Amino acid sequence: MSDSVSTATGSGATSGPQGSGTPPDRRDPGLDRGAVVLVTLGVGLDLLASRWLMDQVPHWLPPQASTAAPLVDDLFGLEVGIGCFLLLGCTAVMVWTLLFDRTGRYDRDDGEPIEGNLTLEITWTLIPLVLVLLIAWQAIRVNGQLASLGGKVRVAGAAEALRLVGLEGVEEIAAAGGAPGVDAAAGAAAPDHSSALRPAQAGSAAAIAQASERSTAALAAAQRSSPRAAAGATVASPPAGPPPAELGPVVVIARQWSWEFIYPNGVRSGELHLPLNRPVRLRLLSLDVLHGLSIPAFRLRQDVVPGSVIDYRLTPSREGRYRLRDSLFSGAYFAANQTDVVVESEEAFSHWLETALASPLVPNPNLASDLWEQRLRQGNRGWATVAPAAPPLVNAPLDATAPHAG
Amino acid sequence: MSTAPIRFDPRVLRAPHPVPGAPDNWRRFFTFNTDAKVIGIQYIALALLFLLVGGLLAMIMRGELLTPPADLIDPTVYNGLYTMHGTVMLFLFLFPILNGFNNLLIPPMIGAPDMAFPRLNALAFWMFPLFGVILMASFLVPGGPASSGWWAYPPLSTQNPLGLLVNGQFLWILAVAISGVSSILGAVNFCTTIMRMRAPGMGWFRLPIFCWTALAAQTIQLAGLPVLTAGAVMLLFDLSFGTSFFRPEGGGDPMLYQHFFWFYSHPAVYVMVLPVFGFFSEIFPVYARKPLFGYHVVAIASFGIVLLSLIVWVHHMFTSGTPQWMRHLFMVTTMLIAVPTGIKVFAWLATLWRGKLWLTTAMLFAMGGVFNFIFAGITGVMLATVPVDVHVGNTYFVVGHFHTVIFSTITFGVYAAIYHWFAKFTGRMLYEGLGKVHFLLTFLAAQLNFLPMHWAGLMGMPRRVAAYDPEFALANVLASLGAFLLGVATIPFLLNLVSSWVRGARAPANPWQAIGLEWLLPSPPPAENFEHDVPTVISAPYGYGLGHPLVADQERYEARLQEA
Repeated sequence: MSDSVSTATGSGATSGPQGSGTPPDRRDPGLDRGAVVLVTLGVGLDLLASRWLMDQVPHWLPPQASTAAPLVDDLFGLEVGIGCFLLLGCTAVMVWTLLFDRTGRYDRDDGEPIEGNLTLEITWTLIPLVLVLLIAWQAIRVNGQLASLGGKVRVAGAAEALRLVGLEGVEEIAAAGGAPGVDAAAGAAAPDHSSALRPAQAGSAAAIAQASERSTAALAAAQRSSPRAAAGATVASPPAGPPPAELGPVVVIARQWSWEFIYPNGVRSGELHLPLNRPVRLRLLSLDVLHGLSIPAFRLRQDVVPGSVIDYRLTPSREGRYRLRDSLFSGAYFAANQTDVVVESEEAFSHWLETALASPLVPNPNLASDLWEQRLRQGNRGWATVAPAAPPLVNAPLDATAPHAG
Repeated sequence: MSTAPIRFDPRVLRAPHPVPGAPDNWRRFFTFNTDAKVIGIQYIALALLFLLVGGLLAMIMRGELLTPPADLIDPTVYNGLYTMHGTVMLFLFLFPILNGFNNLLIPPMIGAPDMAFPRLNALAFWMFPLFGVILMASFLVPGGPASSGWWAYPPLSTQNPLGLLVNGQFLWILAVAISGVSSILGAVNFCTTIMRMRAPGMGWFRLPIFCWTALAAQTIQLAGLPVLTAGAVMLLFDLSFGTSFFRPEGGGDPMLYQHFFWFYSHPAVYVMVLPVFGFFSEIFPVYARKPLFGYHVVAIASFGIVLLSLIVWVHHMFTSGTPQWMRHLFMVTTMLIAVPTGIKVFAWLATLWRGKLWLTTAMLFAMGGVFNFIFAGITGVMLATVPVDVHVGNTYFVVGHFHTVIFSTITFGVYAAIYHWFAKFTGRMLYEGLGKVHFLLTFLAAQLNFLPMHWAGLMGMPRRVAAYDPEFALANVLASLGAFLLGVATIPFLLNLVSSWVRGARAPANPWQAIGLEWLLPSPPPAENFEHDVPTVISAPYGYGLGHPLVADQERYEARLQEA
């Protein structure tokens, strides 16, 4: 619509700066050749600039590492193009008035008393309407192609969520071993929250370590007895079939402040390994507060909601190591709650899964716990927070030193 | 008073607000007063004080974000600061300052002597210092202030780590609830005043656009605020008394709170931006010396925005497990808001076109605000697009977008309004030179502050983090420099306000040769504006260049101003 504004008002272009002495030009703007040329030139430049800006879009974004990414980026690029065209068009009008319609210091005359123009008003109502409907239609199509949303099952709290994904016994042992975050969430009323501070009040790292050792042993025992041979078979299926079998569900557990990934064969990991080009189904659950699973390189984000188990689908499309972040504010060490996604070839993935299966459980490196320990050492200054949940026990811990690509 | 060297309109002397030269009058601003103009200035002065508080919190945060690790303050302190920054800026700065302008502008613009319910008005105002003190006091309670963000999403907001009954979150909810009650009282007053107390002859289509937008905004308050206040009460019960409205363990659902919260808190943005659209619509005709382009459509578009604003809230919850069809529905309603706001923007541009632009500070802030708003509108449509929101939602892209709305549009509009109406209500002129310095610094600093945030968000930096990965460092350093510059930019502004009020040039009744009932009153207007001599409105507003009078016997009103 910026061009329609310019067209209707373009006659101003030839009448030139104020004070040139010519009477206000009231002719039909369509007849004014100079204005037509100027407006055409302006629109042409605007189109070129918008096109150029659209080409810059990839430089602003992380690498495209999932099948969703190109779709999202194209849609965003379309909006950048349209938006740039409109912004430049409107700005051109404002700059034009600033340059040519400014009055002198002592000139207090009135401007032309134009009160409205029905055609123009209808035009600039319809054009945005058509544009946004076009964008919405395109977005709905993209949403259909992404098909990332799975089902959502409502549950009454963390315990039921774990039961639903078949981790009941195992996690309860871990929780009993001393994961304060877990029992703060699974416990109920306000008085129980004070239990979250128990490690802080005890102030002894040794107690935490002891508890964590007890839970390691218990969890390892549970893992030994769990039937993972069957589950392992589905994971290690050969990559030959044209429509690759879906991997999963990989259970994603969010805590204050850690991520844990549990594969169908029982492997627990601190980083999310995914085979290239194979669809994966994630089951997201939170043991305490709201979290958000966000992988910018995949252009995907989904809130993790306590009281719900949410299924989510995606397909990685580029090998590499990418950041996985908590995107929904979750308290004190929210910023530390990030880990990596590793996309690798089918062979490398199978190998990783095999190696992990044979590895003993160790506490995952956990930045939040480190920062908390540091705070306790420095006299527990700062404002109140619950203590971090004990780091999850995993077969494949996060490699915190490896560089990520996006 | 009789020895005062200056002569006043005798009606001015009866005004219960400061009269230039009278030494003791400033004290009246600290007293309980039912005059809308006193209340208006009380609102604005206190709100500007809280702007400084909120700005200070922002600068500490930007100091923390200068470097990737959290090394300046503890992350818990950062979380408390960002929560209070948002809360202070919304509930203690923008809502009150706009209520201040409602108080100052609505009665004179429609020729009313005061608000419909002056005592209710004063009650609504005095709740503001009350909840202001409650929020500030929350910095002092054990455990610190609320630190779950201004959304206060449960279960995080109900975790209560220390287990104390009176904690920062408790005081925060209490303050928000009182603020809600205060705003509802205000809304009843503003709506009644506009509907029932207009001057003779002032039909709906002779009403200034500011009053249209104020009425639209206050309608949203009446429709939406009770919902938020109810949500806040339930949250308070969950936090303090063990109920489980939002706790899944007790059969509740955290998503329920998000619906309560956003049902009001998205329209709340329109409560703030609509009056600013009103400012723009008032200011452009004055300094372009032209009628407002498409007055009728601009007026009605305000209510188009009201209707749409009440059915868009789920766009804040696209990734909360919202089913696909609801995402699509709310994406379309959200995008449709571009239509009525587009109508307004284009009408302003057309108002400027072939005008005789008088580039005062007020005009510069209004034009800068509209430019920023167009940018924010475009990024707003991007955020409404579900697949794009899935990538950039809850990142710094959102932070950049809403600061471009809240600061670079709304606060720019508020500044424009201050520069435009300061003379009318204080009787003193602001210094234009300092004003232009203020504009230039603010405009540049705002771009430097908020543009790099969009970039950081596109790369994937989450909002609300106290620490971040090194790849975001450049964007954050730029944003921090912008934030500090923005702090510097308020110095000429404050200097201007204080020194102009104390010793600025005396303002004539109509320094901008503007058309409007408030400009037919002396500066500052007497206590009851036109008292018993309310003019009869005979034409539509903004008749610049049309040469017909606004009211019957206009010469008589103008002559009286000359005498004074």
